[in-house]
Amino acid sequence: MSYGRIEALRQVSLHVHEGEIVALLGANGAGKTTTLRAISGLIKPQQGDILFDGSSLLASPAHRIVGQGIAQCPEGRRVFPTLTVEENLRLGAYLHRKDKEWVQEGQGKVWELFPRLHERRFQLAGTLSGGEQQMLAIARALMARPRLLLLDEPSLGLAPLLVQEIFRTIRAINAQGVTILLVEQNARLALKIAHRAYVLATGRVAVSGDAADLANDEKLRKAYLGAAPACS
Amino acid sequence: MELFLEQLVNGLTVGSVYSLVALGYTMVYGVMRLINFAHGELFMLGSYFGFTLLVSTNIGALGAGWGLIVIVLMAAGAMALLGILVERVAYAPLRESGRLAPVVSALGVSIFLQNAAMLIWGSRYRAYPVWAALDRRWQVGGVHITLMQVIILGVSIVLMLLLYFIIQRTTLGAAIRATAIDQDTARLMGIDVNAIIRFIFIIGPALGAVAGVMVGLYYRQIHFTMGWTYSLKAFTAAIMGGIGNIPGAMVGGMLLGILEMLGAGYISAAWKDVFVFIILIALLILRPTGLLGERVAEKV
Ligand SMILES: Nc1ncnc2c1ncn2[C@@H]1O[C@H](COP(=O)(O)OP(=O)(O)OP(=O)(O)O)[C@@H](O)[C@H]1O
Ligand SMILES: [Mg+2]
Repeated sequence: MSYGRIEALRQVSLHVHEGEIVALLGANGAGKTTTLRAISGLIKPQQGDILFDGSSLLASPAHRIVGQGIAQCPEGRRVFPTLTVEENLRLGAYLHRKDKEWVQEGQGKVWELFPRLHERRFQLAGTLSGGEQQMLAIARALMARPRLLLLDEPSLGLAPLLVQEIFRTIRAINAQGVTILLVEQNARLALKIAHRAYVLATGRVAVSGDAADLANDEKLRKAYLGAAPACS
Repeated sequence: MELFLEQLVNGLTVGSVYSLVALGYTMVYGVMRLINFAHGELFMLGSYFGFTLLVSTNIGALGAGWGLIVIVLMAAGAMALLGILVERVAYAPLRESGRLAPVVSALGVSIFLQNAAMLIWGSRYRAYPVWAALDRRWQVGGVHITLMQVIILGVSIVLMLLLYFIIQRTTLGAAIRATAIDQDTARLMGIDVNAIIRFIFIIGPALGAVAGVMVGLYYRQIHFTMGWTYSLKAFTAAIMGGIGNIPGAMVGGMLLGILEMLGAGYISAAWKDVFVFIILIALLILRPTGLLGERVAEKV
């Protein structure tokens, strides 16, 4: 996987099983975002394959991959700031825009999960707080009713209390049967809710295994993840 | 006062033509960050196409009402097709080539289309036939108003309201706005960015063609270089409204038309084009984000 002549990923092999939460960890620039963008089809690898349900995603353009059941909540939220909360959500269900019931049902679930968004549904997304924007970004991805949800650093820039809340929500989404691939800097928290984890270093998988095992591996933590943040 | 009102009416008339053409510029810029210099030529070709329909077919026999509707629709349809073709041939292959290559390509298309028009219709002015039923005028409180002025203003306003509704109130409109903000994230929503671009290249040239036919009927004379003059003015209007801003282009066109006609009335008619370009230069220097003060180049 390369950007022009810069090779960003090399022989990364990872598996996500149905129903799991898998954490994808690694330092800045390790290639986590690149991995998610490749799965979503925004960039296409020169070599290798990406399989979903046994069939290759390589031939599908990004806008079709959502329709196959993979939604991404991108790094930095990327909500559409000059659109309202409701318009952002409607676009999350863009492929089902003709199906009014689908959209309404999806919105109903979003209001349950994030009541705060309901109060603000006619507000421009750009005027939401960072935490609310993160909720909106996750909610927007959920509007597509994905079977696999790709989350890229959902805790970025949020206060510790809100981070806890977002992680609880991620667990709740998973409990409803959505498989999750979670990219995180906050390794400690990510390993707490994940079943398994991969650690990327300079474009390769350095370590992989059960989240619980990795969480207790002092050496690993020092080598790849930096000191874990001290929050309870 | 009479002169003022008269020039106001004239200004609103040409202004709504500038608005219609400016919309094509601003929508393409909004979504692709491309100044589509070929857009003015589609306006010009729309005008010629309408001319040919008028002189070489008997659509005119349908009467002024239906005849006009049929001609405008056919010109709009033809330019929409040509718009898609231009996008396909000249811009789509350059999607990943940065921002300069498509601009150069646009200039090439512009020159090509202008020369094609000259070869097909000749380099002299062509005159739209007089359509007696449309040749009506009234005096309202000392101000002359022609039927063509009423038609131009009415048609433009209806089309602009329709477009405004689509952009602001429908999911397709939200998808267009989202694509203009962030193409990659739009793709993640399942939005086919290429389809959005094609849609823009249908709407813009169609509106341009409507404007072209109306200009032919209003001024009677058309020329293969008119694309340049009008497109520079429409471009000025788009900058005035803040390029990429759809309501801005609508307002900018009207405002520019009024300024131009007031300049022509109070200062000198011969200098009216000069006023417009002074305005363009002043805007580019003083307020490149447009009078409404919104984004431009905020995402480069
Ligand atoms: N568009 C791009 N063009 C060139 N190089 C890029 C591009 N995007 C990413 N890279 C490079 O690819 C490598 C991996 O980047 P990536 O964004 O995947 O890292 P990451 O693991 O998500 O980092 P972070 O934790 O900081 O988000 C980096 O060295 C980065 O500089
Ligand atoms: Mg990243």
